[in-house]
Order: sequence, then C-alpha cells, then structure tokens
Amino acid sequence: MQKTVKLLRKPITSTVIAILFGFLVASVVLLAAGYNPAEAFGALFNGVFSKPKYLSNVMIKAAPITLTAVSVAFAYRAGLFNIGAEGQYIVGAIASTLVGYLLHLPAILQVPLVILSGMAAGALYGGLIGLLKARFGIHEVLTSIMLNWVALYLSNFVVQSKTFHQPNSTATYPVQQSSYTMLLPNWKLSDEGLAFLRQHKWLSEILLKTDVNFGFLAAVVAALLIWFLLYRSVKGFEFRAVGSNHAAAELSGIPVKRNMVQAMLIAGALSGLAAAMVITGTNPHRISTLAAFENNGFNGLSVAFIAGSSPIGCIFAGLLFGGLLYGGQSIQAEVGAPTEVINIMIGTIVFFVALTRIVPALADRLERRGIRHAE
Amino acid sequence: MKKIVAFLLAGTMAFAMTACGSGESSSEGASQTSSGSVGESKPESRPANGFRICMVTDAGGVNDQSFNQSAWEGLQKLEQEQGAKVSYIESKQEADYATNLDKAADDNADLIWGVGFAMADAVTVAAIANPDIHYAIVDNAYDEATMPENITGVMFRAQEPSFIVGYIAAKTTKTNRVGFVGGVTSDIVDQFQYGYQAGVAYAAMELNKTVTVDVQYAESFTDASKGKAIASKMFSDGCDIVFHAAGGVGVGVIEAAKDANKLAIGVDRDQAYLAPKNVLTSAVKLVNVAVESVSKEIISGEKTSGKTYTYGLTEGAVGIPEDYTLMGEKTYQDALKVEELIKSGDVIPPANAEEYTQFIG
Repeated sequence: MQKTVKLLRKPITSTVIAILFGFLVASVVLLAAGYNPAEAFGALFNGVFSKPKYLSNVMIKAAPITLTAVSVAFAYRAGLFNIGAEGQYIVGAIASTLVGYLLHLPAILQVPLVILSGMAAGALYGGLIGLLKARFGIHEVLTSIMLNWVALYLSNFVVQSKTFHQPNSTATYPVQQSSYTMLLPNWKLSDEGLAFLRQHKWLSEILLKTDVNFGFLAAVVAALLIWFLLYRSVKGFEFRAVGSNHAAAELSGIPVKRNMVQAMLIAGALSGLAAAMVITGTNPHRISTLAAFENNGFNGLSVAFIAGSSPIGCIFAGLLFGGLLYGGQSIQAEVGAPTEVINIMIGTIVFFVALTRIVPALADRLERRGIRHAE
Repeated sequence: MKKIVAFLLAGTMAFAMTACGSGESSSEGASQTSSGSVGESKPESRPANGFRICMVTDAGGVNDQSFNQSAWEGLQKLEQEQGAKVSYIESKQEADYATNLDKAADDNADLIWGVGFAMADAVTVAAIANPDIHYAIVDNAYDEATMPENITGVMFRAQEPSFIVGYIAAKTTKTNRVGFVGGVTSDIVDQFQYGYQAGVAYAAMELNKTVTVDVQYAESFTDASKGKAIASKMFSDGCDIVFHAAGGVGVGVIEAAKDANKLAIGVDRDQAYLAPKNVLTSAVKLVNVAVESVSKEIISGEKTSGKTYTYGLTEGAVGIPEDYTLMGEKTYQDALKVEELIKSGDVIPPANAEEYTQFIG
C-alpha cells in the first residue's frame, strides 16, 4: 500500500499513466471511427521503429520542439508563461534565413553567424515580452500571443519582398550551402562518400534519405545547460526564487524585474536556436508563406507540460511527441484512418498528460483511506 | 484499494472484449465489401487490384476545399471502380515534402502523386532516387528534355475556363468594370489572369464597348481577410464582378461580394455553395478527372512518363458549372458557343502576358 502511494507520487508514474490513458481513449476514438486500434498502433510503432531512417526522421522532427519546450519550461520555472515561443521561433527563422542567404562566408564562420543571428532575433523578441512585463506590468500571455501574429505577418512580408522572394514559389531563396548543419553534407554526396555508403546500407539510408543534422544534439546540450543554469548556479536560484514567489524574492534582495527580462531573453534565444537549426539543417533551408502557425512553438508548449517543465524531461517528451507526429502519418497509409483521427489521438494524449495532477491526488486519497482503515 | 483495482480490471476486460468484437466485425465488413466490388467490377479492370497509389498533399492538407481534396476524390473513385489501393500522406510544412515522398516509396507505392507546384523539386529528387516507381505531379510542367523518365507532369489549360468566365463577366457587367484577384504571382495564376482578361476583351469587342479589368494580387493563397479587403475596394471603386484565382483568399472575395451584394466568380470547383446568390459562375478545374485518367493510363502500363499532359476543355477537365440562374439563358448559350470555339481551336485563349498582347493586337 505504502509502495503504491509512493510510486503514484513520482511524477514519472503520472506521466506514464497519462500516456497510457491517452492511448486508451484514442483506441475508443479509433473504434468509434471504425478502425482497429491494435492495427493503428502497430502502424504507428512500425512507422517509428521499423527502419533506422525513421528513427532519424523522428529525431529531426523532435529537435525543434524539444528546444522550444526547453524554452517554455525554463520560462515557466522563472514564473513566466512563454506562449510566445511560436513567435520567437518565427523571427529566429526569418533572421537565420536572411543572414544565411545574404552572407557568403566559409562554413566555419557562416554557420555560427547564422545560428547566432537566429538566437539573437529570438532573444530580442522574447526580451521585449519580458521588458513589457517588467516595465509596464503587461501580462506576458497577452503580449506574446499578439507578438506571435506580428511575427507571422512579418515572415509573410519578408517572403513576398522583392529581394528574397523566389519566383514561381511561395518561399524565399534558400540559405547558402555553407550554412548547412547537416552531418557531412558535402561528403555524403561526393563520389568517395557514395562509394563508402554503398557498402553500409543502413548508414546510407540514414545519411542519404534523411537530413541528419546537429539539431537534436543542440537540443540535448541546451537542455543540459539550462538544467545546470537552473539548479546548479546562483543565477538559476534567483530565477527559481522569482518563479516561486516574486514578492519573497524581491524582499530578499533579488532584482525581480531584471530577472524577468533576462529569463525571457534566454527563453527567446532557445526558440530562436530551434528555428536556426531547422533552417540550416533540413530541406528546403528557407521560409515560405505561412497560412497558419506551423506549431513548432505550440507543440513545444505541449512537450514542456508532458515533461512537467523539467528541462531534461523535455528531451524524452520531445522524442515521444516527434514519434507521434512522424509515426502517426503511417496510420493513414496502412489502416486508412483519416489524419484527423490521428490528430485527435495526439490531442488526447496531451490532454491526459495535462490531467496528471489527478494521480498524486489519487495517491493522497489512497493514503488517507489507508490511515482511516488503520484507525 | 481492492475495489479500485477490481474496477480497473473490469474496465480493461470490457475494453479488450469490445476491441476484439468490433475488430472482427470491421474486418469482416471490409472483406465483404472488397469481395463485393471484385464481383461487380468488369474483368478488364482487374489488373488495378493491388496497384498501390499514394498521394502526398502540399501544406494545404487533404481537406483544403481545393485541389488536394479534388485529387483525393479522384483517387478514391479509382479505388472504388478499379480496386487500386490508395492512400495519402499530409504535409504540414514545406520541410515535410521530401520525407513524405520517401515514406510513400517505403510503403511500396507503384505510383506516387505530388500535388501542387511547390513540390516540384522534391518530386524530382525522389524520382531520381527511385527509378522504378512512377511519379506524377499536379500543376507542374518540367522541361521535357531534362525531366526524369519516371515522372508524369499534369497541367491544366486554366486559361480556357478563365476565358469563358471573362466572357460571361463582360456580358453581365453593368458598370463596365470588372476585377481579378490573384493569389501568388506565378505562371499558374498568369493562366487565369490573361485568359480572363482576353475573355473580357473578346466579349467587349462583340458588344462594341470597353470593359476595364482591375487586377490585384494578394500574394497569398490563404489569407481570406486580405481577399475580402481587396475585393471590397474593387466593388467600391465601381467593379460589379470580381473573379479570383487565389485558393483560400477567394473565400474572402466571395464574402465581400455577399456583403456588397455584387457578384463573384469562383475557381477550381463550383463555388456557388459559398454564396448561391452572389457566385455568378466558376472557372472549374477538375483535378480529380486528370488524376483519375493519368492514374488509369499508368496502371494499364501505357508509356506516360517523361511527358507533361495538359488538360483542357477537350478532355473535359475544365469548364463552367451547368447552373446559370444568375447570368440568364442568353449569356449561358453564348458562353457555350465560345466554349465550342475554343474546343475547335478557332479561339486560343492566352496563358501569359506575351500571348495576351498578341491576342489583343
């Protein structure tokens, strides 16, 4: 009994239960729509694990949402709800595309400059939200939702501008090749590389058919750095103090306002980094007209909450989400279920994860019952 | 505690049982319908059985009320009639095109459709990587000398229905001023614009009057509010009919016509259902017809690859809807005459600026 209570109290247990419940409800939805859930989940599983290149694609999909999730989780620890990760991602994408297209430097200079420009744009955009909150007390949810739209239309404006618009397309010109952050982009297409890859089939599948890049590595490093910053540094303690009770933090001499702005600068830079890694690391290396948000930031929001706002947890939650997004597409081809059913499934899982607080509450109840019985 | 466990167990069991039950029944149902269709289908359509077709949508998604949806409808019909196995993969963003095309190849598709000119580069790369799979693309023409052997391009002579709706617009206008709202400046939208302008000019010549055409681009295929703003401005400037070739932007154009109580002309499919009293007619482009017919040819093993097919009035893949309540009998009959002239080749609607100046001159 005590063991069950203890187990239920662990955050990871609630998340696992929530995911299981998500799948359970998704099965009901699939059944109601007339599809066999076992087959559908089988297709999902195969779509993720049956080939090495699928795993590679999952990691490519997971990289940006993991980074935006770390951005959201970090801001959340500092007491800010960064719903603006989407907008920070978009301005990061604009900046890195423009810099990557206009500069013609050798890769060793070009890559860091392009990535830094994406991060800087995201940081400024996030910092603006922090500044508005610190100086004028405007709630960050309000400003960041508005700024998301500003970013979207700014992006469309840039796509349609004479200098950057590629004729007969709905996109800008791609960035210069020297900005690429794929794994060995030139070698894998050279004669020597192709000859080597012919002998190693699985490697050639991954390298030639997917854009293996450093995005996920960047996400893992960023998550670790943020964890270190939050839990192993004085600055991080300040952020967390502001996050848990800003009045108390102010009273103990922590500059609350400065910390808010700094937290949003860092959060914005993380979202900008997500965009820079996508632009430099995956085809078509450019931005195109956005009809609606691409959800790189909003999915990050879901991922951050699946992870319980833990930066390290974001890595795993990001992989889970990336797997659902990418593997989910196989369900249509193999089972015939429309993609809407798959989206409902993903939504259900996120919904149940959001309800995870029920599980510790259940644990409390069990404990109280145990005590009553003992009495 | 025990009660809770028991409850959960019972729940799981009940769930497992329903899962088995309906799983069986659904598979039974599937086998029934499939055997039924085999029995019904004519012997010559048998070869299509087991032929796998996968379609990759562009970022618009499969329910875009436009060409993705239309292409999917064509494939579904093919599945019903010929027993080919069809599926689709939705692209959420531009970066998905290459991975989705690759996924389609993994699923052992014999024919892969890419929908929309935005996918042209990705389709080329995929076709070179998988020389034994057929690829086909809607709305893109490659240079026939350099295009890979296993791609079939499908284009529409959209200037033909545009010419007809232009003709109808000029005959119907009372203010002698009509409008055109384009999506993103491109060769494809040029077909609509110049076909329309030529149609207007043709009718104006016939009636011996001048009709001006206001042209504006939304530089978007999705921003409905921009379409509404542009069309409202055109209506207040004195236009009484506005034609759009702008995908989702057009929804706004039609809304503006409704608000101003003026007329709009739809595109791609019969859009009268959006505003029955304000949609004069539509320049219909039946992507489903083209997708179906090209797929059939590829299934039957005809040599279609390395070529670009253009579909127009003669192939029955473009035209105007049959409903003509808003334009009246006379105009409709005249429009049908123009249609015949285009079919016979006596009138050749222009598809770009150059051809248009020739047509006018």
